[in-house]
Amino acid sequence: MTIQGARWSPVWVALALLVLSAFGIVLGSAVGSTGFESWRTAMHDDTAWQIVWDIRLPRSVGACAAGALLGLAGALAQGLFRNPLADPYLLGSASGASLGVAVALALFGGSPFATEFLVRLGLTGAAFVGAVLAVLLTLVLARGVQHTLRLLLAGVIVGVVLGALASLITLMRPDVLQGMQGFLLGSTSFIGWTSCLLMLGVLLVCAALSFALSHVLDALSLGDATALSLGVPLASVRVALVCVLALATGTAVAQTGLVAFVGLAAPHLVRSLVKTKHNWMVLLSALMGGVLLLSADLLARMLLSPQEMPVGVLTAVLGGGYLLWLMYRTQTVRSA
Amino acid sequence: MLKRIHAVRRFALLALLGVSVIAQALVLRDDRQVEVTISKPPQRIVSLLPSLTETVCALGQCQKLVGVDRYSNWPENIAKLPRMGGGIDPNIESVVATKPDLVLMATSARGAERFSALGITVLALEPRSHADVQRVMRIMAQVLDVPVAESDRVWRHIDAAVNAAAQSIPAQAKGQRVYFEVSSAPYGASESSFIGETLQRLGARNILPASLGPFPKINPEFVVRAQPDIIMVGDSNFADMTTRPGWQSMRVMRTQRICHFKAEESDVLVRAGPRMAEAARLMAKCLTEKGQP
Repeated sequence: MTIQGARWSPVWVALALLVLSAFGIVLGSAVGSTGFESWRTAMHDDTAWQIVWDIRLPRSVGACAAGALLGLAGALAQGLFRNPLADPYLLGSASGASLGVAVALALFGGSPFATEFLVRLGLTGAAFVGAVLAVLLTLVLARGVQHTLRLLLAGVIVGVVLGALASLITLMRPDVLQGMQGFLLGSTSFIGWTSCLLMLGVLLVCAALSFALSHVLDALSLGDATALSLGVPLASVRVALVCVLALATGTAVAQTGLVAFVGLAAPHLVRSLVKTKHNWMVLLSALMGGVLLLSADLLARMLLSPQEMPVGVLTAVLGGGYLLWLMYRTQTVRSA
Repeated sequence: MLKRIHAVRRFALLALLGVSVIAQALVLRDDRQVEVTISKPPQRIVSLLPSLTETVCALGQCQKLVGVDRYSNWPENIAKLPRMGGGIDPNIESVVATKPDLVLMATSARGAERFSALGITVLALEPRSHADVQRVMRIMAQVLDVPVAESDRVWRHIDAAVNAAAQSIPAQAKGQRVYFEVSSAPYGASESSFIGETLQRLGARNILPASLGPFPKINPEFVVRAQPDIIMVGDSNFADMTTRPGWQSMRVMRTQRICHFKAEESDVLVRAGPRMAEAARLMAKCLTEKGQP
């Protein structure tokens, strides 16, 4: 899908998105159930300081990082599969992560040994392991990454089957239903500094790798045959990109649950602003994803304050709404 | 002297429960199998599970609650307490802002790790059976520095009330086969759930055997085949019951032997806590009124 619109230089867009992120993080440190008050009193009140420094800041930075990981993964997926509908969860990582969480919840409290182990691993660990195993399973089923279509189909199949298994577990153990629902809705409210740093670290590695490998995506956009004839080492680079995709998605999903739509919408939003090669594309998509999830998180905290909305609901409304508006505007401009 | 004997007794009781007392600090293993240290009796408690809220209040320590989850609605004097989200979406920030020295939550709830990381003591308890309710009540008594004898007294009171409810049922209304629906998926309460335990003590039979697990998701056909004498269901689930295929022809539907409970009654029935006696009375009333003539 291409949306004709204003074209800006990628540098300016990147700067604008960075400024927006910074602004969002500062605003995020001031917004929450106790309002701006905590911000004012943070200097001389320990609890207010803890709320601003240990809850709001890691949460805002974490939302930004998770969104960036998803945006990056989305751009990679769409480039790899040459499909505008591709999203980061395409290779089964979402269902794998939910299965991991379901198994962990169901085993929890079962035997003391399993519980001991799970307490150490945590739900985030279980989700990450599940996501990575699901992608590996997809790769095995597709017998490598050579055939895009086979990979895509294997991803869809793994997604459906693992999703069904997760549902089966929740049916047999209805007490895990609550925990599962929380995971499926996605939430940024449990992010601490550790998960924040972890996500930022992974983001750095993934962004560097995708930036370095992005010329392959440019070649790929001309088709497999052309890419090969250009002398691109297609097989190995594809494996590397799939690994980056799985790592980025797995990390984000493990920390925040299944946040919908950021990975799909971010690359499209970037494309509506700039026309550029994939090296800028992946970086801008990451920044855009960060801004998208951060603003959704801010709204989630503000709209019903002191209560909260599930952030996943808002990402769909925000990203989807903006995309629809863009499409509508483009159509009217064209027909006019 | 008497006081000392009391203390010795109490120590023996604690030791019996597998709880060690080290220089006033209470160390216990909660339902997550995590060791929790409570250095002094908590004065500011946030409860994120309705049955634990009710347990704290039943032990007469309601005034120590400074926040509850959005589903806690009993007793009435907690109505004014600030709400801090629910089990799956606790509002971390508002909990921290109230500066609690103890957060009570279910094992299935989220955010326990986050609270611990922020330096708040978390105790996860999830009562699932009659014995569990008594156990949780004892643990809460120790945590709140209430004499264990007091929690045993509250428990005996509940126990006696359940027995009284059982005795109030006329002999001809006993032995009826009951289907208790928990939610319209449909999930039922089997013999091994705490609801099933109460039914059993009331002399009713359950169409769902213990082997299915406490709250099994069942095939609607199973109920039609089992032909229960009485159905117990919450108002909100009753609506679609009559439209389920094949259910209209069930004897229990034709004879209208269905008790549908109001929302606040359902709350009493599905919470494994101190209001179990009231739940038993509600079920006994249903069994008596809708029982065999």
